[in-house]
Amino acid sequence: MTTSTSGVLPVEAQQDEAAPRREVPTWLKVLQVRVADAGAGWVLPIGLLAVWEAAARLGFMAETILPAPSAVLLAAWTLLLKGELFTHIGVSGARALAGFAVGGLIGFGLGLANGLSNVSRKFTDTTLQMTRNVPHLALVPLVIIWFGIDEGAKLFLVALGVFFPIYVNTLLGILTVDPQLVEMGRAYGMSNATLFRRVLLPGALPSIFVGVRYGLGIMWLTLIVAETIAASSGLGYMAMQAREFLLVDVVVLAIIIYALLGKLADSVARALERRSLQWHPSFRAS
Amino acid sequence: MSTSQDPGRGAQLRLSSVGRDFGANTVLRGVDLQVPAGQFVAIIGRSGCGKSTLLRLLAHLDQPTRGRISLGAGEAAGGTRLMFQEPRLLPWARVIGNVEVGVSDANLPASRRERALGLLVEVGLAGREDDWPGVLSGGQRQRVALARALASRPQLLLLDEPLGALDALTRIEMQRLIERLWLDQGFTAVLVTHDVSEALTLADRVVLIDRGEIALDVRVDLPRPRRRDNPELGALEEQILDYLLDGANKDQAPAAA
Repeated sequence: MTTSTSGVLPVEAQQDEAAPRREVPTWLKVLQVRVADAGAGWVLPIGLLAVWEAAARLGFMAETILPAPSAVLLAAWTLLLKGELFTHIGVSGARALAGFAVGGLIGFGLGLANGLSNVSRKFTDTTLQMTRNVPHLALVPLVIIWFGIDEGAKLFLVALGVFFPIYVNTLLGILTVDPQLVEMGRAYGMSNATLFRRVLLPGALPSIFVGVRYGLGIMWLTLIVAETIAASSGLGYMAMQAREFLLVDVVVLAIIIYALLGKLADSVARALERRSLQWHPSFRAS
Repeated sequence: MSTSQDPGRGAQLRLSSVGRDFGANTVLRGVDLQVPAGQFVAIIGRSGCGKSTLLRLLAHLDQPTRGRISLGAGEAAGGTRLMFQEPRLLPWARVIGNVEVGVSDANLPASRRERALGLLVEVGLAGREDDWPGVLSGGQRQRVALARALASRPQLLLLDEPLGALDALTRIEMQRLIERLWLDQGFTAVLVTHDVSEALTLADRVVLIDRGEIALDVRVDLPRPRRRDNPELGALEEQILDYLLDGANKDQAPAAA
């Protein structure tokens, strides 16, 4: 204080400038931290993109090996204008969802049945565990013989791939519900339906969500392989067509779209998980 | 003398030579016990004496190998409710949802909620209905479990050492709460505990089980609320503890633990 009153003008001016900054540090700091937190994850990808663009522009990489990000963006714009891009995304998305719904529902149903009934488990679990060890993509040649390159082939493969993680995790979830809570439910006169709705299903839900997220990963993986090998539409088909004409930018675009769709599916699953598992300490909002 | 509340609410309980074997191991030999409506009975004994098995039989969680258990219906139709050693609350249901578990599904949702809210007030947890059980303390969780057990207006309340895991102060609070609700509602209560002084604080009658049989059946005719420094209570406690310890001396092998 004494220095500020006795100081010369420039010093005082400097302090005036510094004073408000000292008075509002909290929100500013919070903002800085938030921006830093959100930004931190993006530093690396943006940096890589910049290096990639520079390398392509400076001619270090041939256009036919890896086109510049700007070229990929341009390809996206062109395809968007032609209307092709959305058609392909739509077709692939519909296949993914249909396969996920079919495989997921069967896996969920069998997981519940085998978790709730010993008879059902004894009867089917061994068979299911054996077939689980066959990589479902090994069936591609067989599936092409059965279904040709129709929608049936893609649906079958995706459903098969999604089935196992959801089946295994639903079964595990039901089997690991706290037996003390089940006993409580029985002692409090819950009917089987009420016991299922109030105790078994909510207890199994965290595990079921793990299965769903695994299943979503496998869903995209299977679809990419299936569309690349045998399809007449969809993102994989778009990429394979582009390869024939050496349109590397479109191939890279297809890969990026797959990545974005995968991320989107995972985000949706996470949001659902957070919503329905609010009670769980790991998901409780701070 | 303290069964002065309305005796019509509670159920009469009659056990005639009830036995339970687990394989070759006989846990209960032959238990004969008659509990008049509205009485508060405490069952005590060393660990492994069969007292928890007896309670599970009363709760229909298990069937007796021999003998009969009959429950004369009281006026209330809420049946039998069991309060466990652990709270056993559903972690995915809020406090109110957990209490509603105890209310019959036959009621309309609005009246179930109303009943559950009323019970939360009774156990001193008004305003906590929308909390998750995970954020409650151990004593509060047992209060929720008590509210759930009483939500159906049971004729018979079974308590399986529900206060065992609580700290001393919370324990005394819970004992008073249980006593008050029992006096209010007049249900028949059977408390299993290994704490002799807890049994004497709460019960009209203390039944000691030893090696699968009733070894001692003591009436506790003292006015409520009972003070811990009551000399008669102390004398009774001595008598029961003496029996328990002498029993241990007479038969070293099973009491080694």
